[in-house]
Amino acid sequence: MTKKHADAIVVGAGWAGSILAKELTEAGLSVIMLERGSERTTAVEGAYPDSIDELRGAIRKRLFQNLSQTTVTVRNTIEQTALPYRQLAAFLPGEGVGGAGLHWSGVHFRVSPEDLRLRSSVVERYGEKFIPEGMNLQDYGVTYAELEPFFDKAEKVFGTSGEAYRVNGKIVGNGNIFDGDRSDNFPLPVMKDTFTASTFRAAATEAGYHPYSLPAANASSQYTNPYGCQMGPCNFCGYCSGYDCYLYSKASPNVNILPALRQDPGFTLISDAHVLRVDLDDTRSKATGVTYLETKTQKEVSLSADLVILSAFQFHNVHLMLLSGIGKPYDPISNTGTTGRNFVYQTITSSRVWLPPSKYTNQFIGAGGVGVAIDDFNSMNFDHGPLGFVGGSPVWVNQAGVKPIAAAIGTGGGGTPRWGSAYKGALIDTYKHSIGIDAHGSNMAYRDVYLDLDPTWKDAYGQPLLRMTFTWKDNDIRMNQYVVSKIEPIAKAMGATKANLVHLNAGQPFDTRHYQTTHLGGGAVMGTDPKTSALNRYLQSWDVSNVFVIGSNAFPQGMGYNPTGMVAALAYWAAYHIRTTYLKSPGPLVQA
Amino acid sequence: MPPKEPTLTRPLRRSFVKGLLGSTSFWMVSGHSHWAEALAQEAQKPYQPTFFTPDEYRFVEAAAERLFPQDQHGPGAQTLGVAEFIDRQMESPYGHGDNWYMSAPFVQGPANLGYQLPFVPRDLYRKGIAGLETYTRQQHGKVFADLPSAAQEQILTALEGGSVSLGDVPGRVFFEQLRTNTLEGAFADPLYGGNKRLGGWLMLGFPGARADFMDWVNQDGEAYPFGPISLSGETA
Ligand SMILES: Cc1cc2nc3c(=O)[nH]c(=O)nc-3n(C[C@H](O)[C@H](O)[C@H](O)COP(=O)(O)OP(=O)(O)OC[C@H]3O[C@@H](n4cnc5c(N)ncnc54)[C@H](O)[C@@H]3O)c2cc1C
Ligand code: SF4
Repeated sequence: MTKKHADAIVVGAGWAGSILAKELTEAGLSVIMLERGSERTTAVEGAYPDSIDELRGAIRKRLFQNLSQTTVTVRNTIEQTALPYRQLAAFLPGEGVGGAGLHWSGVHFRVSPEDLRLRSSVVERYGEKFIPEGMNLQDYGVTYAELEPFFDKAEKVFGTSGEAYRVNGKIVGNGNIFDGDRSDNFPLPVMKDTFTASTFRAAATEAGYHPYSLPAANASSQYTNPYGCQMGPCNFCGYCSGYDCYLYSKASPNVNILPALRQDPGFTLISDAHVLRVDLDDTRSKATGVTYLETKTQKEVSLSADLVILSAFQFHNVHLMLLSGIGKPYDPISNTGTTGRNFVYQTITSSRVWLPPSKYTNQFIGAGGVGVAIDDFNSMNFDHGPLGFVGGSPVWVNQAGVKPIAAAIGTGGGGTPRWGSAYKGALIDTYKHSIGIDAHGSNMAYRDVYLDLDPTWKDAYGQPLLRMTFTWKDNDIRMNQYVVSKIEPIAKAMGATKANLVHLNAGQPFDTRHYQTTHLGGGAVMGTDPKTSALNRYLQSWDVSNVFVIGSNAFPQGMGYNPTGMVAALAYWAAYHIRTTYLKSPGPLVQA
Repeated sequence: MPPKEPTLTRPLRRSFVKGLLGSTSFWMVSGHSHWAEALAQEAQKPYQPTFFTPDEYRFVEAAAERLFPQDQHGPGAQTLGVAEFIDRQMESPYGHGDNWYMSAPFVQGPANLGYQLPFVPRDLYRKGIAGLETYTRQQHGKVFADLPSAAQEQILTALEGGSVSLGDVPGRVFFEQLRTNTLEGAFADPLYGGNKRLGGWLMLGFPGARADFMDWVNQDGEAYPFGPISLSGETA
């Protein structure tokens, strides 16, 4: 039997996959996109009022990955037995058409230019010795100037609202003074400040910092993107992070790319198709296609293709590489191999300040990407010399819409009651009068923090689960503590009656039970040296040159910013080089 | 899209129409299956538990009320229908642990690596309640619901602190399950059986399904002026 063939197969229908599928069909290729989850459209899954039901949405997690089919195991150290992540909590991977892009929040950053060359930058300023033993600090192998056109393109596709600081070398507005130069302004004007955001803005200014509006992929007015896809203005409904936007205001692959892509005759989307592996030829240096399971019929299907794009999300990409034998698995003992190396996350801690009872913070009003931040303690924007750590953290008020069940579950603890009458009083006061302030920071890569296959547990398809070995390390804990201490003057300037500044504690292990972020990174990183990166600077596998692996897996370390703007720019960057160079003469774009 | 007739109609209050700030499209969404469910639930009072036995149900009612008591701040779990909410949740996919990874082996480890028991929520309640009632009878000679509030609080404090073992289920795990579901019942949309008369939302000043705040993004710390509305259109 001859297998069905496509010029390119794209695994995963999130942002990364949708961008690649769009670019490759534009280049005239036949493209099949395979998505393990079900079909999803805003008109159905996002329909009001079902979409704004907290229990069904963020609490029962209807849009997220169904762990009963597949999950990961987690341990903190190499000596431990990793145990399955049985209930969604610390991170919430997506599933279904649109991936996590359907229910993300929409904070749409670029990158701090220095973060792309963090190793070089640290060494230039503080010398090689400044890097702690066991930290795998690396450059991306691509510069901000090279990526700029692709950041710009992604913002135009996403319909991003924001205020620029500098465009073509000219200061144009009140944006982030630490931003890299831009070739154009944001496609949409900045979103309004919520009351909490404007309070933070005023206080941060008074404290001597440089506040700016978060770039938000929540539309500040109606918009038609370069693909002809339309968005309507966001009304701050507050059912944003973890929800499908009922107003077509939050950028998603479903709203901003797929309506155009679905009309292309060269494009086929197959949902309920769980890819089991990328098939390789005997040399193990060329992919011949993929094999997937039709989850509805439990039938295995093989497809052949000239080009395979893995865009199944950071750790699923690494999982598929390990299951398929793409690249050499990383071994922390011998410090060899690259698949699974440099697994990173982000340090996030949420502090809280209370305003006087006359001020209502109306926390249920908000939008996922909206808020005010400072970058004074992010990236290389401050002197690390006397501090002795690498990395940094933006600090922000990002009121995405706080809903009552989440608020109730999260109130109490740390010496305050978690139930009973005193708890109730505190909950009401906190809900009505407080402001959340996050330190959302970087997380470095370490020799003994990595991904590999679990020796014990299997998924519903009989394949070994991915194993995460991860914990917080001293460098990142001290970074977090330092940045959190900088919130104090802001809290004072806000006129806070009380503040609860929360930071990581020395020796505190990573806890899978509490939401952190879904900003996992690394594991198959990009770079210039095949010994320390699984992908070259075009996100092409060093080992199997007709496989490109697109996602935050490419980040050599976790940055302070939310990842999706960077993922989208890298997707357009890789696609550009596939279109302009690879397709003309398939093979490695960089010689190893 | 031409507006369709709503399949179910309820009296509209003035405040509701005002509160929608002009977007009456809400009422044009027809066939919202939850409405029928919500109304049917209202009709069949008092609630008859389907998952819990009458004794278990008495326990859930009493324990939820201690965790979330009626007080000067507002209604407690009993008034809000929390026990009914939990009973109904046990019959939902969630009660059966539909999106939990439940493959063996089940190996216990450090708490920070998360839940590792072979039990779904239904099992946790069945075993947890049995274990706690055994403990309560031994310590106090009565079932939990028949104890004075102070004794109930003492038991829940011990459970939360981890000093009570319930056989297969660690006391702390059962406590967290009960606390989480109690709070869900106090604040979920009333269509799930709790948050009766929107009492939970009223306490917090949460406007429920309004989901349109164009004119209240920043009013310099003024309280949002409108009361809550539920998915089925109930106002308070
Ligand atoms: C609640 C929440 C809020 C967030 N907010 C922000 C934010 O404000 N800003 C920001 O920058 N980022 C945010 N993120 C992160 C953001 O969602 C991700 O960075 C982004 O969606 C990643 O895109 P992706 O295409 O790489 O992966 P995904 O969107 O996860 O898409 C991957 C797809 O691949 C599919 N897949 C996986 N394995 C297989 C397989 N074996 N076979 C077939 N298909 C497979 C998955 O089902 C999924 O649909 C948030 C995430 C969450 C969960
Ligand atoms: S807050 Fe805005 S972008 Fe987010 S879901 Fe609501 S309307 Fe959509």
